[in-house]
Amino acid sequence: MTDELPERLAEIRDDFLALEQNDRLQLLLEFSNELPELPARYQDHPDLFERVVECQSPVYIFVEVDDDTGVHLFATAPRESPTTRGFASILAQGLDGLSAEEVLAVPDDFPQTIGLTQAVSPLRIRGMSALLARTKRQLRERSAA
Amino acid sequence: MPVALDPAPKFAEYAHPERLVSTEWLAEHANDPGLVLLESDEDVLLYETGHIPGALKIDWHTDLNDPVERDFIGSDAFAAVAGSKGITRDSTVVIYGDKNNWWAAYALWVFTLFGHEDVRLVDGGRDKWVAEGRELTTDVPVVTPAEYPVVARNDAPVRALKEDVLAHFGNPLVDVRSPEEYSGERTSMPAYPEEGALRGGHIPSAASVPWSRAAAADATFRGREELDAIYRGEAGLKDGDPVIAYCRIGERSSHTWFVLTHLLGFENVRNYDGSWVEWGNAVRVPIAVGPDQGDAPSPR
Repeated sequence: MTDELPERLAEIRDDFLALEQNDRLQLLLEFSNELPELPARYQDHPDLFERVVECQSPVYIFVEVDDDTGVHLFATAPRESPTTRGFASILAQGLDGLSAEEVLAVPDDFPQTIGLTQAVSPLRIRGMSALLARTKRQLRERSAA
Repeated sequence: MPVALDPAPKFAEYAHPERLVSTEWLAEHANDPGLVLLESDEDVLLYETGHIPGALKIDWHTDLNDPVERDFIGSDAFAAVAGSKGITRDSTVVIYGDKNNWWAAYALWVFTLFGHEDVRLVDGGRDKWVAEGRELTTDVPVVTPAEYPVVARNDAPVRALKEDVLAHFGNPLVDVRSPEEYSGERTSMPAYPEEGALRGGHIPSAASVPWSRAAAADATFRGREELDAIYRGEAGLKDGDPVIAYCRIGERSSHTWFVLTHLLGFENVRNYDGSWVEWGNAVRVPIAVGPDQGDAPSPR
């Protein structure tokens, strides 16, 4: 099953799994620092964004689907919540440019498979599962509309 | 030589002024010999983004919980964790953290299970230090490991298990969760992940005193007089009462445990760390719903 992961997500998973536990946290921190700012066209549109209430900090997401360039996940989370930012950044990078069908096919347990449950704790990983689930739900709503 | 106490007048009002230091004090004393500074956060990466110079990280999940059994680490593991951070039995351990010091209070409480004598909180925690524009660094101090003795973990004085709560009925219980969690409208903190309690409500007879009542807007503890009015006044706790505090997973009730024990001087306060995630899933334990405390069942 895991072979069916989109290429970028598989790379991210393999990068984490290749590291010792402590280094995995460092890599998550790098992702956290890489979470892009919102593009200008969305900066004044808080109305478009959905709060991920399962996360322990205020994190908001918006999924854009472009006919030519595929899915783009945008997220905001405060600097004081680097773990949540890291989770959002992994998904934003890993899902970017995929088709909606490809995103919907990403296994729901992807967050549990990237080697962070020990370094971060299973409880905290739930925030990432919620991010993925809400991303998929937005896509389903979008395609039903 | 023991590390000096913070002589702040605010702390002098508390039952145990030696349990708190201010950010001002810390800025002056962080490098005192014998002092080990620890950051304990909800966010497992926050320390890495910048911390108080000289601080080491301690994490509730990955350092202080047993990775297999649902329990805290045992004596050997605690000795190893403490030793790896350069802590000796005589060290002054000063702890601060994010989110109103919830996880810092939790770590302090776990140190108490092992009878570590000199362990203190930074009033206001990380938020206050940052708000004051004080220095942060990403440099991780180089630690000379120390020999920490293997000491028995002594849960009984400060920790309540589910069975202890059932036997405690008729004595004061304090529920420190939000009013919505207390009444049973919801089983997790507002804006927090659902941690899977099958039932909502509270332990019958528990008084509702949300943890946040004890905290000021800048994350410091409220003054002695205000705290007395809340816990001795409104909640009716009396000196000599055995008290059990609980929340959802035991971190917010560590904050209240600290207030009752160290700031107000109650001598028999236990934290029920299994809290609602255990109680709300347990078979055949009594539950009260709605805003009323409910009557205490017979102890068993």
